[in-house]
Amino acid sequence: MELFKYGIKQAREFIQANNEHFLALQRALVERAGTVDKKVNAYVSFSSSKLPTSLNQLSGGPLHGVPVSLKDNMCTDGWETTCASNILQGFIPPYDATVISKLKDAGAYIFAKCDMDEFAFGSSCETSCYNGRNNRKKKANASATRNPWNVDYIPGGSSGGSAACVAADEAVCSLGSDTGGSIRQPAALCGVVGLKPTYGRVSRYGLVAFGSSLDQIGPFTKTVYDNALLLQVIAGHDPKDSTSAHEPVDDYLATINKGVKDLRIGIPKEYFRFKIREDMPEKELMGNEGLDYDVELRIREAIKVYQNLGAKIVDISLPHTKYAVAVYYIIGTAEASSNLARFDGVQYGLRVYADNLREMYFKTRDEGFGDEAKRRILLGTFVLSSGYYDAYYKKAQKVRTLIKQDFDNAFQQCDVILTPTSPTPAFKIGEKLDDPISMYLSDIFTISANLAGIPALSVPCGFSKNGLPIGMQLMGKYFSEATLFQAAHTFESATDHHTKRPAL
Amino acid sequence: MSTGKYEAVIGLEVHVQLNTQSKIFCSCRNRFGDRPNANTCPVCLGLPGSLPVLNRKVLESAIKVGLALNCHVAERMKFDRKNYFYPDLPKAYQISQFDMPVSAKGYVDIMVNGEPKKIGITRAHVEEDAGKLLHEGIKDGSNVDYNRTGTPLIEIVSEPDMRMPEEAYEYLTALKAILQYLEVSDCNMEEGSLRCDANVSIRPRGQKEFGVKAEIKNLNSFKAVARAIQYEIDRQTDSIEEGDTVVQETRLWNDAKGVTTSMRSKEEAHDYRYFPEPDLVPFVISREIVSKIKATMPELPRERQQRFVDTYGITVLDAAVLTQEKRLADFYEETVACGSDPKAASNWIANELLGQMKQRDLTIATLTITPKAMANLIQIINKGLISGKIGKDVLGEMFSTDKLPEEIVKAKGLLQISDEGAIARVIDEVIAAHQKSVDDYRAGKKNALGFLVGQVMQKTKGKANPALVNKILTTKLEA
Amino acid sequence: MKFDIEALAQLARIELGHKEKERLSGDLVNILKYVEQIDELKTDAIEPTSHVLAIENVFREDEIREDSVSARKVLDVLPDSSKDGSFFRVPKVIEGIE
Repeated sequence: MELFKYGIKQAREFIQANNEHFLALQRALVERAGTVDKKVNAYVSFSSSKLPTSLNQLSGGPLHGVPVSLKDNMCTDGWETTCASNILQGFIPPYDATVISKLKDAGAYIFAKCDMDEFAFGSSCETSCYNGRNNRKKKANASATRNPWNVDYIPGGSSGGSAACVAADEAVCSLGSDTGGSIRQPAALCGVVGLKPTYGRVSRYGLVAFGSSLDQIGPFTKTVYDNALLLQVIAGHDPKDSTSAHEPVDDYLATINKGVKDLRIGIPKEYFRFKIREDMPEKELMGNEGLDYDVELRIREAIKVYQNLGAKIVDISLPHTKYAVAVYYIIGTAEASSNLARFDGVQYGLRVYADNLREMYFKTRDEGFGDEAKRRILLGTFVLSSGYYDAYYKKAQKVRTLIKQDFDNAFQQCDVILTPTSPTPAFKIGEKLDDPISMYLSDIFTISANLAGIPALSVPCGFSKNGLPIGMQLMGKYFSEATLFQAAHTFESATDHHTKRPAL
Repeated sequence: MSTGKYEAVIGLEVHVQLNTQSKIFCSCRNRFGDRPNANTCPVCLGLPGSLPVLNRKVLESAIKVGLALNCHVAERMKFDRKNYFYPDLPKAYQISQFDMPVSAKGYVDIMVNGEPKKIGITRAHVEEDAGKLLHEGIKDGSNVDYNRTGTPLIEIVSEPDMRMPEEAYEYLTALKAILQYLEVSDCNMEEGSLRCDANVSIRPRGQKEFGVKAEIKNLNSFKAVARAIQYEIDRQTDSIEEGDTVVQETRLWNDAKGVTTSMRSKEEAHDYRYFPEPDLVPFVISREIVSKIKATMPELPRERQQRFVDTYGITVLDAAVLTQEKRLADFYEETVACGSDPKAASNWIANELLGQMKQRDLTIATLTITPKAMANLIQIINKGLISGKIGKDVLGEMFSTDKLPEEIVKAKGLLQISDEGAIARVIDEVIAAHQKSVDDYRAGKKNALGFLVGQVMQKTKGKANPALVNKILTTKLEA
Repeated sequence: MKFDIEALAQLARIELGHKEKERLSGDLVNILKYVEQIDELKTDAIEPTSHVLAIENVFREDEIREDSVSARKVLDVLPDSSKDGSFFRVPKVIEGIE
């Protein structure tokens, strides 16, 4: 196997404190990126001069010598962090995010930083400022990340670069962030494994905030096993993040091979278009029109796989699912409008010069933010504004309670919930860019987990007719990442979807 | 000011900086006067990705303040974001408390012209301070220093219970005393550790509804607060009497000119879009914690005043003066502990010492005289070693030396003359030199005695024991 | 749904061109129409959720840890026109005191 194809497990076994091997792997990845990133555009900041030249420069640890690529919204000391926004061009954080410190303590190093939707606002990577049409300096030929399986298609988003670089074998693994599906949706669309951990499981310190009550950092990997390995390193309580959980971190690999015979897998009818079982009464037909036929087929096959593996399949209901997107766009944009207010040209990033302060604010924020960022800032400003707060923000918080309760109830009957990750495979570049709501609906299956704060993982489960990857989502109870890994690993071991790689 | 036709309605918003070691949400040093931006980190600079974590001491101090202001301390509190743009606010929102403050519904006791009054406290909440914008001497711009950003603040909002500028002054004095006794703040208005805005409106006497209020800012001393309120009452009264209306606005006090002026900025209607701070968790304040803090509360000014009256037998007025500042009250008690008579100490400190300090522009914080020296002074006066008049001069000397009064007196030869023979000899000289006054006295003009005593005191440079002079002189004149 | 796009842009400190205003305004109308489906739900008796985990009382102790390098590092990469020695520099403030 070529070195660049290595996942974390193989990379660890290969390096084994051998500096030659360490450098060989690094070289293979640099070369690979040099060949394929011209097409994929996953990386926004990549410089071989920043890479360690010897294993001795790294701490020892479980990831000794393993390169990790990062979504460009995690602060890296001395390394530009832009959130793929014009407004943060030139921002060099003076500190490392907690996940970065944890990676470094574990012996890993930062390989490159990945493209994303601007401030994680999007599901296709097309709102990135590195997309020519959005670039302030009008680099018209620049392109945002493309899907490695077919470069006419989007990679998903917002962590599109993080998903694509792993799928394209120009990274061993990567980290992304997930506010409404931003890890799971691109993982599904690029055919890799992506996890959004339980809210509070991974520290948010140093993650440039989008929706503070929804954001979580999580791993992208080539296998479920690797995902468990990487989460093990970045999970845990952080005194710098008040919302970080004190819950002890499980040993994820200890239970990964336990199989699914003891597991009850819940299938929520609201996530499907057709009856889940033939003997269901006609009125149970969900008619989820947005669900692609290929996707539904692959998910049904996956359910069969689980059945054959001995899992118990249960019908469940998450009755408030259809409100999730609405609730998310109120809460997420409200928090974002406040989180993004600091980008005003005073301390860092873009400043458009003006005679007076007020004008500087208006001009900087006009030139610095792209369309989707403006849309969300304005929407968030509106739902918090005086006279509308109760009808929108507060109401949404109440519906959030109902969505959370749906899961509490469902998990009385099952251990894991299985759904499609995304209603469709990757769509074509430009297809949904001017239709915000249709774009928002690509997160319809992933958003609920963020609103409830539960962990959710996307794992490859096949391909569409035209050869694009499809992912299934497994959602679990709070802090049940070990169970998700167990369920996903069992599925992965019984199937070969994850072994397929795009031809680049 | 207008006749009794109108009455003023005054409410105060006081911001107090807490004197914790570190800032409210990060571990930066909380200190005034350092090099610009020296005490900053990603959190207080509001850098992307940084997150706040509450300083435990801040909540403890806030609970103390709530208890001292007779407030109800909340069972549950949370923080909210107050969103607005200004360069001194690096996150473009201030972490504050909106609908669940740490404490509410209390009061402060004050005395105005000898009358007791309660001023209601609406709420006291915790928030972060902003940075500092410097304009002076800078062309085409302003400089920003974020050292102050994240300094813990308690905002204390009073009910609109005050009717006169004097009440506002007394309220602030009482509030400052309480906060200093709690040792939670330096309450230094010059350094900005205590700041005050005043809401003032007027209404026809007897009317229940409030008038339109003006918010006055830029108040740099308690005196300025009282003056600005008085100015505002007069201005609003004139306005109404001339048939104009008062507009709701923010006005700035100009202390040099003694006027308030409208800010007249083209500010849009504020909409702070408060919402729960997602980066901080809610706080549950158990009743056990509250009792525990209550048990460690120091004696507050009112309690100490009463104790002074009861224990030392001094007047309420003196006790009030002595307890207004914690350090002064401490100074008094230490003086008594050093062996001074409590009543004499009260007289000397509340009147003479404070008077002389005022002349010298000193505060209790800058006073170098020790309680031991003060006690020594009172002792040598009471023993008759020096007269009270000489005592005042000796006190004057004490500001610039660390010698004890008895040493000063010896060195300067100020000891009182109580040797009857020596006094008699001076008296004989005076009688010989002022025969006319002696004749006057003997003819029944008794006030001639005063003149003769004066002559004796002059000749002894004030050192003769006045009681002995009186006694011997009278005996000689009536012989 | 009625809203004043200009007022929102003022609050959010974003300058919007005429066309941009029209376009974004149209988008917002559609999005608001979509999100208003939550009005179907009766929520009077429901508590709002701000935090999904029941974490409470998270403190740090009142201790100093110096990290003055951060401001210097941030200032270091700013152009001269945006700083003045160890100060951040902003254009003239004409908004008065907030």
